Amino acid sequence: MIYLFLVGVPFVAGLVALAVGSDERRPWILPVGCAIHSSIIVACWRNLPEPAVSGWFYIDALGLLVLSLSSALFLVCSVYCLEYLRLRQERTERLFTACLCFILGAVSLVCVSRHMGLLWVGMEAATLAAAPLVHFNHNEKSLEATWKYLMMGSLGIGLALLGTFFLALSALPYEGHGDPLVIDTLLTRAGTLSVPWLKGAFIFLLVGYGTKMGLAPLHSWKPDTYGEAPGVAGAILAGVVTSCAFLGLLRAFQICAAAGLSEFAQGLFVLMGLLSMATAAAFIIGQRDFKRMLAYSSVEHMGILALGVGLGPAGTFAALLHLINNGLTKGVLFLTAGNIHRAFGGKTMDHAHGALRRVPVSATLFLLGFVAITGSPPFAPFVSEFGVLRAAVNGDRFGVALGFVGLLAIIFIGMATTVLSVVYGVPNKDSKVVHGDSPLMIAAPLVFMAAVIFLGLWLPDWLTAVVGNAAKLLNRGAS
Amino acid sequence: MEQLSQLLLAFIVFLSLYLLGSSSLTGCVKIVALQGMCLGLLPLTIHEQGFHPRALALAAGMFLLKGFVIPRVLLYAIREVKIRREVEPMIGYTPSLLLGAFLIGVSFVISERLPVPAGLRSSLLIPVSLATIMMGMLMMISRIKALTQVVGYLVFENGIYLFGLSISYEIPWLIEMGVLLDVFVAVFVMGIVINHIARAFDSISTEKLTSLSD
Repeated sequence: MIYLFLVGVPFVAGLVALAVGSDERRPWILPVGCAIHSSIIVACWRNLPEPAVSGWFYIDALGLLVLSLSSALFLVCSVYCLEYLRLRQERTERLFTACLCFILGAVSLVCVSRHMGLLWVGMEAATLAAAPLVHFNHNEKSLEATWKYLMMGSLGIGLALLGTFFLALSALPYEGHGDPLVIDTLLTRAGTLSVPWLKGAFIFLLVGYGTKMGLAPLHSWKPDTYGEAPGVAGAILAGVVTSCAFLGLLRAFQICAAAGLSEFAQGLFVLMGLLSMATAAAFIIGQRDFKRMLAYSSVEHMGILALGVGLGPAGTFAALLHLINNGLTKGVLFLTAGNIHRAFGGKTMDHAHGALRRVPVSATLFLLGFVAITGSPPFAPFVSEFGVLRAAVNGDRFGVALGFVGLLAIIFIGMATTVLSVVYGVPNKDSKVVHGDSPLMIAAPLVFMAAVIFLGLWLPDWLTAVVGNAAKLLNRGAS
Repeated sequence: MEQLSQLLLAFIVFLSLYLLGSSSLTGCVKIVALQGMCLGLLPLTIHEQGFHPRALALAAGMFLLKGFVIPRVLLYAIREVKIRREVEPMIGYTPSLLLGAFLIGVSFVISERLPVPAGLRSSLLIPVSLATIMMGMLMMISRIKALTQVVGYLVFENGIYLFGLSISYEIPWLIEMGVLLDVFVAVFVMGIVINHIARAFDSISTEKLTSLSD
């Protein structure tokens, strides 16, 4: 029943948003829907609900982690949206509001489903619901970004479906074992799965969900999409949708690990992880557009997630922690980047210069967000990135550790050039003030920043316990 | 029944190949609709319990959606944007036909090497699905008009559906319905975007979509 509410509440909220006629009242549906959704999740934290519908629905520690992150990000972003949509009254926001709700519903479906087919349906729905968000500005550039997003997204999600079918084939013969795509069936039968089909399934799921995550070399849609989408849509895509795609990938990994293929899968994760970081480093240097810079930073952090999981149990723990830290910090960065973009009417270094003088609070938060995401103490991403590094060193993977640190350093320098130029200096005289700081649009990134600092200084026990349980799930089969 | 399904599968590959060499946009949509109808009929012939109510329902849903509804959406888009022919694609028609023939060969070689699951009725199913997937991807990559890219996506999706047929009795029909619905919504959204592209650029060539890059 609780699963029905988790998926149903946002979906109904989306339908209500489509039906409501008043442009002033409609945005309020978002925070109300998100608040109900979050309160259901708080109830889930108190006691985990039982599996339902013959094992199709169940929240384990891993699902709970991603679901809570998604709900929290949505709740804070929905408050930001109230003010944002009021500023953008020239655009009808009916579809925007509805699609945000639909994404939350689809994402909840991904997190609670224990059926790989159902998980795929949720992921595809989230992908499609995000397309109108990318196209929100209705200009030629956003159109191009939407088209690329749709084409790459559909191709990736199609390949993930193929991988899902491979997974079902690996479980042949089925007699008396139940549905071959329910994760628990696959886990209990892990020893008897056909290895070539399972390997094929993992590769296709890696390519498919990896495209949605934006792992290099499948990231080409990401800079265009994040660059053209409104800041708040960027925060949702970079924090929520990518995390869910990562969850899909982790489910595949869970099955591979149980079947004794963890070394094969970990090797691929390390390779994709380092490749993503290297790609991000190459494109982040000299990036003049600060929203595209954030997109490459997202590619980098998806790489860190993959790399962490590839480094064994300790790395998995760090990666799951990084999932939360990255989501929260991306929230700060994308929302403040949106504010700066609006303040200058442009998102390149040529337009935006000296943001500290024009939108002091947003610019300060943007700067702090940059320091946090590049892994400086005392912010939370430092803890998790250091965890990944320690996992590499303890596992005697010195080459990997060296590459990791080197790429982090290059990315730090590359991002610093852009961010410092945007934040400091004197604004062009001829560029007029478009929008200043406004309370709600500062409050949202401020909440994220507070969480990032808090988690950097002190990791609460309950969080450690859930992240630890989730990491254990992923390394159950590994000795 | 066995022979009928072999015949349908062969026809499906033939249609994919025909698409690779066809330049008329409406022609492409009609061919992909025909392919969708063949796909709809396949579940009836390929499994032992052919005329099972569930198989009938799925076949009917598939037949209607891929044979009629989706092509209608695309034909409507073509009428709206008033464009009839694909301009010279990035890979010409003859090379893409040759490439298509090569891909068919490759997929037979690959499926020879894969351990074929027991209980599969038609030995052609897996090679045909792989060939269709690859030809669909080829169309998505090599065509310039946004609409032919969507047709490529549909062929790609058809190939994946074919692959899924090999296990369709084990997959709950709800999931299959979800997959079908998602494909429909995807094409619907793409159709809308094509319309926007046509209005913004006065053409649906994706060549115009090149202002974003590093």
